[in-house]
Amino acid sequence: MALDKNGIAKRIAQELKDGWYVNLGIGIPTLVANYIPQGIEVEFQSENGILGMGPFPFEGEEDPDLINAGKQTITVRHGASFFDSATSFAMIRGQHVQLTVLGAMEVSQNGDIANWKIPGKMVKGMGGAMDLVASAENIIVAMMHSNKAGQSKMLKECTLPLTGVGCVKKVVTELAVLEIKDGKFHLLERAPGVSVEEIIAKTEGEMVVADFVPEMKI
Amino acid sequence: MNKVVKDPQTALEGIENGMTLMVGGFGLCGIPENSIAQLVKMKVKNLVCISNNAGVDDFGLGLLLQGKQVRKMISSYVGENDEFERQMLSGELEVDLIPQGSLAERCRAGGAGIPAFFTPAGYGTEIAEGKEVRIFNGKPHILESALTADYAIVKAWKGDTEGNLIYKATARNFNPMMAMAGKITIAEVEELVEAGTLDPNQIHTPGIFVQRIFQGQKFEKRIEQRTVRTKQ
Repeated sequence: MALDKNGIAKRIAQELKDGWYVNLGIGIPTLVANYIPQGIEVEFQSENGILGMGPFPFEGEEDPDLINAGKQTITVRHGASFFDSATSFAMIRGQHVQLTVLGAMEVSQNGDIANWKIPGKMVKGMGGAMDLVASAENIIVAMMHSNKAGQSKMLKECTLPLTGVGCVKKVVTELAVLEIKDGKFHLLERAPGVSVEEIIAKTEGEMVVADFVPEMKI
Repeated sequence: MNKVVKDPQTALEGIENGMTLMVGGFGLCGIPENSIAQLVKMKVKNLVCISNNAGVDDFGLGLLLQGKQVRKMISSYVGENDEFERQMLSGELEVDLIPQGSLAERCRAGGAGIPAFFTPAGYGTEIAEGKEVRIFNGKPHILESALTADYAIVKAWKGDTEGNLIYKATARNFNPMMAMAGKITIAEVEELVEAGTLDPNQIHTPGIFVQRIFQGQKFEKRIEQRTVRTKQ
């Protein structure tokens, strides 16, 4: 069965390593924070100026001066720090953040990503996404395999305006875990009960499929 | 030298039609709301506003958009504002969208006397069009230029009569860089104290960057996305 959004987040959380600083984008990536594996400590960076972001506040304890990059009220953990936007992006551009997880509208087989604009329809802006994808060593895209119209989001080439080129290394969808290497998607894992055929059918880009593709363990 | 002014009306004197303004804040967090209200009253038009976001329809910079006071917005993210999207798609409003880190650094550079810098952000995308590309350490970078403003309007938590500023939590965001990049920088603060009261170790923006300072009458501090958890 295909994963739900929480399932995608849970699978991505397995990629976390102890001591990492991690930036989570808006949407499914935010959920990753709920599934940190036991015995591991990571610090979440929010690009509006926090290291050590904690959970949402209890009702009545919201602080309008304390929000995350999604403009949601949040809290901070012990040992947190605040800083300005230039310092925040120094952390990101300077590769001090080990992992970036973000959503996408399209990903191509050479690792291009599009997630900020649909010409003529929707222009919300790139926010910090272009800085994040241009500099992060390790980028995981969390998204659904197809768009609402049923078209594959895993493409030979992106059709929408790009956010970054050749930067995505891994994609986790409700169907599969894919690596991007040598200009192709590589199918690493499939969601429990999802067939390789279904993933092939829903992936427009070129994809390398081994004889045996294990199921995700989540 | 007296930097303290009594109210936003005095603080914003000199702002005229067509000027470029930097306005601090991230979403509705850390915005100079008293000054924005004053800009609405002044009815200045054709403004170029440099601000990470454009507020929401009825608060923050959204108020200036409603009054069609803004000719051009320079921002990184402008969702959450229907009027903005309408004006942009219809072509009434000129919009320059900039990656958030580049926006922050362009303001910082403007205040720091660095005319331009190379960054990898945006390489290979439409925002790189027409910009010089150079390879450093095997990786392509694009040339981004510094930003300055006729007036920078920032919001701080505490300030003193010398113009030294301390921000609170994530209300800091773009305020420190914008404070550096204004030809004239106006700071509105929640609490204005005598020089010598604030600990010099804790100052975020040194007073040299601030020309006018006033204590805001009231701060609504609207929350954009109120998210909470329930006690178990």
